[in-house]
Amino acid sequence: MDNHFESGLDSLRHKLLLMASHTETAVNQAVQALMQRDYDLALRVKADDDVIDRCEVEIDELAIQLLTKAPLATNLRLVTVAMKISQDLERIGDEASKIAKRARDLSQEPPVKIQLDLPLMAARALAMLKAALDAFVQHAPAAAREVIPCDKQVDALNKQIHAALVQHMVENPDAISRCLHWMVAAKSLERIADHATNIAEDVVFLWEAQDIRHTGIKNQGVAPTKPV
Amino acid sequence: MPTDSTSTLTPALTARDLAVFFGSHQVLKNVSIDIAAKAVTAIIGPSGCGKSTFLRSLNRMHELVPEARMTGDIRLFGDDIYERNVEPVIVRRRVGMVFQKSNPFPTMSIAENVTVGLRLNGLRDKKLLTERTEQSLQMAALWDEVKDRLHAPAISLSGGQQQRLCIARALAVQPEVLLMDEPASALDPLATQKIEDLIIELKKDYTIVIVTHNMQQAARVSDFTAFFYLGELVEFGPTKKIFTNPSQKRTEDYVTGRFG
Amino acid sequence: MTAPNHSWRKFKNVFMQALALVCALLVVAPLVLVFYHLIKEGFSAINWAFFTQLPKPVGEPGGGMGNAIVGTFVVLAQAALLGVPVGVLGGVFLSEFGGSKLNWAIRFAADILNGVPSITWGIVVYALMVVPMKGFSALAGGVVLGMMMIPLVMRTTEEVLQLVPGGYREAALALGIAKWKTIVQIVIRTALKGIVTGVLLALARVAGETAPLLFTALGNQHWSHKLNEPISAMPLQIFNYAISPYDDWHRQAWAGALVLLLLVLSINVGVRFLTRDRFGARNH
Repeated sequence: MDNHFESGLDSLRHKLLLMASHTETAVNQAVQALMQRDYDLALRVKADDDVIDRCEVEIDELAIQLLTKAPLATNLRLVTVAMKISQDLERIGDEASKIAKRARDLSQEPPVKIQLDLPLMAARALAMLKAALDAFVQHAPAAAREVIPCDKQVDALNKQIHAALVQHMVENPDAISRCLHWMVAAKSLERIADHATNIAEDVVFLWEAQDIRHTGIKNQGVAPTKPV
Repeated sequence: MPTDSTSTLTPALTARDLAVFFGSHQVLKNVSIDIAAKAVTAIIGPSGCGKSTFLRSLNRMHELVPEARMTGDIRLFGDDIYERNVEPVIVRRRVGMVFQKSNPFPTMSIAENVTVGLRLNGLRDKKLLTERTEQSLQMAALWDEVKDRLHAPAISLSGGQQQRLCIARALAVQPEVLLMDEPASALDPLATQKIEDLIIELKKDYTIVIVTHNMQQAARVSDFTAFFYLGELVEFGPTKKIFTNPSQKRTEDYVTGRFG
Repeated sequence: MTAPNHSWRKFKNVFMQALALVCALLVVAPLVLVFYHLIKEGFSAINWAFFTQLPKPVGEPGGGMGNAIVGTFVVLAQAALLGVPVGVLGGVFLSEFGGSKLNWAIRFAADILNGVPSITWGIVVYALMVVPMKGFSALAGGVVLGMMMIPLVMRTTEEVLQLVPGGYREAALALGIAKWKTIVQIVIRTALKGIVTGVLLALARVAGETAPLLFTALGNQHWSHKLNEPISAMPLQIFNYAISPYDDWHRQAWAGALVLLLLVLSINVGVRFLTRDRFGARNH
């Protein structure tokens, strides 16, 4: 009898990782469409968001079904965390969609003459997401904890890009609407990093039964010496 | 009713290095535990882990098994219940017990069953007996169902009602602690729920220790949970912790169904 | 659907049913025969005088078995006084106390005693009571029947008490009720019908014993007024009348046998009535 339950949990993990891979692909492709002014890729990303949305629904349904079996301890934490992670992944997918929308619009207009560290920001955000998901799979809460301070770096990059764009808009008023698209794209990447942070906090909860959300930033990088 | 001077911080029952042997077979090893007063403590564990033996050692009922002996210390609100000149009968009036299979006495009516513990211990005051009957049946959430037929035979009640009658019977003696050995395992889900609601009500006034093989039941009704395995107390703590984040791997394995 | 040997199987079925019926009738037949003969031979001698009068001297017609009937009740009462307390308490000991070895020995002894021929009992009590007391007595008669009852009552009491589920004992003890009170007020009370049944059946069994009474109560043609005098009892009187050469006495013997059988029958019916299931739930 427990085999059915265990296989249900395995299925849940599997679906979550599948959803995660779709999400990572979506972000990658959205940034690529943005940087390479690829109209068709941008449209594809927007269309593929449906897949991500359906994954969230499936995961929630499976989680609720598993909850009726009253799981306990690690299993209970796994099921509740899976629901949260799927929600965060879905939001990341939405942000990727937004980036794709801006990429679509920008590709129809002449490029803006400005150097932006957007690819770096994207790489950082994606690295955070990957690290959080790896920590989920590999039972590595310490690795998850290390993701959290990275959010600061992404925020800093966003500020930089924001400032650079503002400067450019002041100097080139005709580029304002295009710059605004870029700002929105950068903001979306910043939000993606926030969601990756959330996922990392959830992974810490899963493996350590410690809820580290909303505590001071300074406490989040280090695990406590004795689990309570 | 426990005396008002009982602080809820004093543990109701404390066991230290408790070991129980049936002949040469050791059933409980080295159990030390503090049972909190006016709270529900659940005892869980796979079959044969010693949880029923532990429960019965708390009111000296394990002595009914021939060749049973124990070492160690058990105190009820500070009183050593195994001291040489303490009679088991006295202990059992302070620590009551309800069994898995309800067993109202078949030759007695409902009212007679409730007061049997009082009458056979010498209480004759009719007024007091009547009061205590109503009081106990109210506490057992059975009064409304039987108040019009107190003199009907006890065995005419349904299974769930019989069990609540047994609870009333145990409460009539006004014990300080109530032990329950899988009280709902022979009942249908609706009757089980009534018993569980009753337990949550009763803990306002009584210390309750309940053995159950149903972990969800332990999670629903208890404040503290003790996990026994192969005669040892593996882990003891607040129920929430035991069921969401146990410290011991054996507990985690049992609670997630990997064995047992 | 009919198999080739269906008619053979049908015949076998009917044959076996008929055979079973015949056997059942054969079992009942002796009882019917006994009643028939008793009524045929003895009914004519049953009248008011039979129940109230003393036997008349040899040769004279009439008279009755009044003293024998009373005597039977007197002896049975004494037997009960001895047999019931000792037997029941013995059964209680076997069921609720005692080590397994001791109890095994007691049970073994009781089972042997149940098989001892009744005449042996009579001789033993003759030696133990009649000789020292220098005379036959009602008391000795009561004692011998009581002693015969003891192992019987003890075993049935023990069996009935063992049928009381252990859960009741546990529940009572868990309420802080002392062990002895638990046994009396809970266990015995629950098993009471069974115990009474056992006692009544034992009484019915010893009511008809003749041989032991020959050596102890002896019999008496008159009313006895003291327990250390010989006393009449129905089996004795029937015996004496039956071996006599007088027709009138023969008829009275038949009548006595009929009355004795009716006594035993009424005890059994009484037991059935006592143990009837008031709510009709259980089968017979």
